[in-house]
Amino acid sequence: MGGFLLRRIGQGLLVVIGVTVIVFIATRMVGDPVKVMLPLSATDAQRAAFAQQIGLDRPIATQFVDFVSDMARLDFGDSLWQRRPALDVVLERLPNTLKLIGAGLGLAILLSLPLGAIAALRPGGWVDRTTVFVGLFGLSLPQFWFGLLMIVFFAVTLGWLPTSGMGGARYYILPAITLALPSLARLVMLVRSSMIDELNQQYVRTARAKGLHFKRVVMVHAMRNTLVPFVTLAGWELISALAGYTVVVETVFAWPGLGLTAMQAIQKSDLFLMQAIVFTVAVLIVVINVGLDILYKLIDPRIRLA
Amino acid sequence: MNISAMSNQEPLLEVEKLKVEFDTRRGLVQGLRGVTLSIGRGETLGVVGESGSGKSVTAQAVMGLIDLPGRIASGDIRWKGRSLLGPDGERYARDIRGKEVAMVFQDPMTSLNPVLKIGTQIGEVLERHLGMTRAQARNRAADLLAAVGISAPVRRLDQYPHEFSGGMRQRVMIAMAIACEPQLLIADEPTTALDVTIQAQILELLAELQQSLGLSVVLITHDLGVVAGLCHRVAVMYAGQIIETGLAEDVFERPAHPYTQGLLRSTPRLDEVSDRLVSIEGTPPNLVTPPEGCSFQQRCPLSGEACRKAPKLEHIRPDAEAACWQPSVPAWATPLMSPTFP
Amino acid sequence: MAIPMPVTTPVTTTRKATQRPTLLTRLDELGRELWQDKLGTLGFAVIVGLLLMAIFAPLIAPYDPAAQSVISRLKPPAWLPKGSWEHILGTDHLGRDVLSRVIYGARASLLVGVLVVLFAGSFGVVLGLWAGFRGGRTDSIIMRIVDVQVAFPGLLLILLVISVIGPSMTTMIIVLVVTNWMVYARVVRGIVLSVRQTPYVEAAEMIGCKTSRVIFRHILPNLTSPLLTLGILEFTNIVLAEAALSFLGLGVQPPATSWGLDVANGRDYIFVAWWLITFPGLSIATTVLAVNLFASWVRVTTDPQEREKRFAYQRAKLAARQARRSPKAQSPKATSQGGRS
Repeated sequence: MGGFLLRRIGQGLLVVIGVTVIVFIATRMVGDPVKVMLPLSATDAQRAAFAQQIGLDRPIATQFVDFVSDMARLDFGDSLWQRRPALDVVLERLPNTLKLIGAGLGLAILLSLPLGAIAALRPGGWVDRTTVFVGLFGLSLPQFWFGLLMIVFFAVTLGWLPTSGMGGARYYILPAITLALPSLARLVMLVRSSMIDELNQQYVRTARAKGLHFKRVVMVHAMRNTLVPFVTLAGWELISALAGYTVVVETVFAWPGLGLTAMQAIQKSDLFLMQAIVFTVAVLIVVINVGLDILYKLIDPRIRLA
Repeated sequence: MNISAMSNQEPLLEVEKLKVEFDTRRGLVQGLRGVTLSIGRGETLGVVGESGSGKSVTAQAVMGLIDLPGRIASGDIRWKGRSLLGPDGERYARDIRGKEVAMVFQDPMTSLNPVLKIGTQIGEVLERHLGMTRAQARNRAADLLAAVGISAPVRRLDQYPHEFSGGMRQRVMIAMAIACEPQLLIADEPTTALDVTIQAQILELLAELQQSLGLSVVLITHDLGVVAGLCHRVAVMYAGQIIETGLAEDVFERPAHPYTQGLLRSTPRLDEVSDRLVSIEGTPPNLVTPPEGCSFQQRCPLSGEACRKAPKLEHIRPDAEAACWQPSVPAWATPLMSPTFP
Repeated sequence: MAIPMPVTTPVTTTRKATQRPTLLTRLDELGRELWQDKLGTLGFAVIVGLLLMAIFAPLIAPYDPAAQSVISRLKPPAWLPKGSWEHILGTDHLGRDVLSRVIYGARASLLVGVLVVLFAGSFGVVLGLWAGFRGGRTDSIIMRIVDVQVAFPGLLLILLVISVIGPSMTTMIIVLVVTNWMVYARVVRGIVLSVRQTPYVEAAEMIGCKTSRVIFRHILPNLTSPLLTLGILEFTNIVLAEAALSFLGLGVQPPATSWGLDVANGRDYIFVAWWLITFPGLSIATTVLAVNLFASWVRVTTDPQEREKRFAYQRAKLAARQARRSPKAQSPKATSQGGRS
């Protein structure tokens, strides 16, 4: 167990190092932070001063060492846009994104298990057909478009729900549904096909031959096995949501989370804030990955953490 | 054991004119074409035949495991005189399956749930049928593991199937099957997937349990040697039908049906020196369009005009039945070696 | 009926199949099977239609998609009051014809989708083959790169890189290729590892077949069907990604057109001109849905077991319906399906 965790953490370090290198190359070597961050009207003197301030006049190797040590000390510099430490901005917005992901993914996970299971029990039945239909549409509708249509319909035409922003529970409904849609589609299709597979397995025949109630055969025997791929996919959904897939939903609903902040940082050419966001999320993903591995072990005894 | 002594007793399981069909893209496959058999208390019946002959389908029908695309088209299955089919029958069947009649499957590697502990899988039968609490079931499960020859049973309860070897898993399957002290155990090729040495151990275990618990056993196998060693009676299946049945010794000594003769002839024997293995020429008929009349006629050396009509299973001796127009006529010349061999 | 030509989809490299004389009959057979799956046929027809629309856009589109006209701004679609048949789907805030923009928008989506799947696919397949075939250190290095890159904060990194380099269609394609090759490498490596253990490949290697021959003759044929399905599904992901990036303003840049870009432009007018977001969005959804429908046909058709199952369910449903119509035909006992209910 210890050795396994160490290896996963080592791999996580590789991820963080990789992200650091890519951010460095992108911001210091491919792009020119002076050009990106200063307004067009800036004078040559201002440009030179800024370059010196962030250390661009030094050799590239020295710059890299400085960059890495800054990252290691979680010193991402000040956000140009907000004029305060970039990390403060990130830590202020991150909870909002986590709440949105919690609501959206929670919805997808809670709906997909029963829907997929019921669909698998009666293939070709109306629940099954509805599930496949919802799955296909969830996979096919562009998320931003679906969000806009929901705003037009439920917020503007019917006036039931707020169009955007963050507030009480009512503010969560539309963004959460929009975020949940593609995840729900993938998860429900997975549960359905996996349950159909599992119900055809020999151990299910054994369980039935034991005279167990069908409910137990489905809910305990087949479901426990379906959970193995389900947790893998749900973990993937969580990670890709964190990796930036909330950007679209946050932009559409003006949700003050990390994704919207990233878009604003790009518009304001605030590279330091962008760096801080990318780096924080990378670390968060590494931590979540380790947590997921422990969860896999709990669900599938065949996985050895050695 | 004497068959006639048992015949005045009510049989445990009766299968009557059972027909099972499978609806596939290639057509309607007639898996079982009118199978009738019965098992009395304490009796061991061997069911033999090649793959696809309907041995396993019969067992699955009894255990209610015929799924789409298969279905029971007609006939009846009765347990102690009560039907297991139809809505009422199915309710009854759910209560006796796993309790009074249990099954051991062919492949122990896939027959246990990989993500549930062994103790849970044995315990759930006891909780379901005997109303035990979890703690009671756990104690009894440990006893059962010990009874099937698994050492350190209490520790084993918390392990998962992948921590057991194939032979050990089959022992777990057997422990699960005998958990509620059933009256009938159906074993569907219980040793096919195991190593030869392990096979012998498992068969020995089954024989022991049969003695000590007074079990009736239906042993499905394609291994005639296993039947000879363990079974009182034997039923030979071919193309979805029983074509010969009788006392095991009788059938092996005086096979009546040409197919049984061919089957015995193609079984390699240790006590005879033979240069080559023999087989029955041809293949079993396509069960989408089974031939008119006797299903063995294309492969039978004796086949003639009469075989165009289907023979019924009829008594050839008091304890033996065969479905053949010319029963007990040797179909092959005795020398097993081909006469054309130089 | 559309001529069934599955080989027009981007990732079919059925090099071997073209050498067989029976190609035509096989295509004919496939066409018949497709025709039986109405939804699959519909999907296929829509894909062909979209391809034609993208290729012949200048001939079909009634207007230049970039042509602005101040006098005909925000005209509704033709069937609404105030709409006119000059602009069937209406016009946007700059007086540009929505229909023409939708037609031209297909180019961006399909081009980006096809190119990214082709490049990312080839790159991933080559690395996957290499890793699976060489094994050892090569394998562990490549797979470690895959693992590490999968754990990257993907979209955020994309946003950062695009914002630094400057958004354009080329940037978007490169970035999407660099972030999407891993899935192909994983799938290919997995298949290579399992195929290499089969007796026929072991035999081929043992009798001294050249590595290239083993790869092309023995391993590639096993890859075509899973790669075909994977490529088609990835195509839908890329089309959606292109739309999302363009919507965020980091993909296709004006004056070029893209469905995602048009939805973003129409966003400010959703209260007054719903058609501005509706038609481009509908186009994306239709494209992806059509590809998904076709993909599910491909998946079922390349999996014999699935095919058998589907057939059985259809038959059972039919039988159940007939049984309901004439309840006396079957005894209640005979309808038993085993102790499920």
